[in-house]
Amino acid sequence: MHEVLPFIISKINYFIYIILMMLGMYGIFMKKNYMKKIIGLNILQTSIILFFISIGAKNNATLPILELQNDHDANVAIQAVNYINPLPHVLMLTAIVVAVATLGVALAMVIKIYKDYKTIEEDKILFQTAEDTIENE
Amino acid sequence: MKITGLILLFSLGGLLFYGAIDFPSWGDPNSPASSHLSPYYIEHTMEDTSVPNVVTSILADYRGYDTMFETIVIFTAGIACIFLLRTFKSSIPESRMYRHIPTGITLRIEKGGKVPDHSDHFERIDSVWIPYDLVIRTTCRMVIPFIQVFAFYVIAHGHYSPGGGFQGGVILGASFVLFALGFNLRLAIRQMSEKITVFMCALGVFIYAGTGILCMVFKSNFLDYSALASLFATDPITARSYGILIVEIGVGIAVMGVMILLYYNLASGGKHKEGL
Repeated sequence: MHEVLPFIISKINYFIYIILMMLGMYGIFMKKNYMKKIIGLNILQTSIILFFISIGAKNNATLPILELQNDHDANVAIQAVNYINPLPHVLMLTAIVVAVATLGVALAMVIKIYKDYKTIEEDKILFQTAEDTIENE
Repeated sequence: MKITGLILLFSLGGLLFYGAIDFPSWGDPNSPASSHLSPYYIEHTMEDTSVPNVVTSILADYRGYDTMFETIVIFTAGIACIFLLRTFKSSIPESRMYRHIPTGITLRIEKGGKVPDHSDHFERIDSVWIPYDLVIRTTCRMVIPFIQVFAFYVIAHGHYSPGGGFQGGVILGASFVLFALGFNLRLAIRQMSEKITVFMCALGVFIYAGTGILCMVFKSNFLDYSALASLFATDPITARSYGILIVEIGVGIAVMGVMILLYYNLASGGKHKEGL
């Protein structure tokens, strides 16, 4: 037991992201309501963002803005060990804003579906489309 | 169906847990993600771009091409929202309600009646209309200028502190959304019309791509800002930080335009004049 606990703590970020990702996937797979599906999609996106941010962390390091003695002193040796990895931050910075924009498109689609079918429940929409095909035949 | 999905989820989760056992532990400085590319960025950003914020220098310079297409994705999302929702053919409703503000009388105007034009004396009562609320309106009036000044600070100070075009643009867009929420969607559209918003989306992308093409005009690679040194009359390294600033301003304008555009279309269901 005294070996399991430090192991879990050292990998806690991966476990949290997997749990969040499974929660989001549960929402996408199981829920019939399109709004709930979108919420699930957002939880999944958040879990991926957390995963990327957490792999950029370094122990005893600060945020990736260089500390300079004065503005023109660029000759101070900058150690990469002292700053956390900026690359995942850059990737996720754009991903967050793109997620908001695509969320807008998803909500627009839901509004459009509601206008056409007067419901956003998936099984009711499938029932309606099945009825329409029977009538056409 | 439900049991199949749960089995699928649990098996996938179990596989991911199994895979996570071999991952490097949290905060490991020698993890593969932190040991190949990122040390170069951290150690060379000052001599390459003279920008202390490594995130900004990677975003707009080292990976500038990637960020340009991220901006285009946001622009495309805004345009897609217009194509999905916007209805230009407005169906005239059976009756409209107008309130004469000085007297407080509400008029009901039937189809074909004369509709009062935009003035301060009449306000339209419909689903977009928000009752007058002194606390909310005064708070919005006081807070919105500070939000906008802070947004400009975040955009302009992105070289030296956390910030940049994406964050500042979202804050700037949020201030307009707050205006539309606190006052009225119709008033917000009159202040910041749809045409200007769409123009801003396109302008932001144009500034970004135009900076890249300007570098090509100065006989260098696409988005290599050091070619602009003769334009800014500085050394190539400082020119890179200026180029990053221009690009961030472009991103900020585009993101702001898309945020406002998304809110207008989603809040009114595409019928900007009529409401949901």
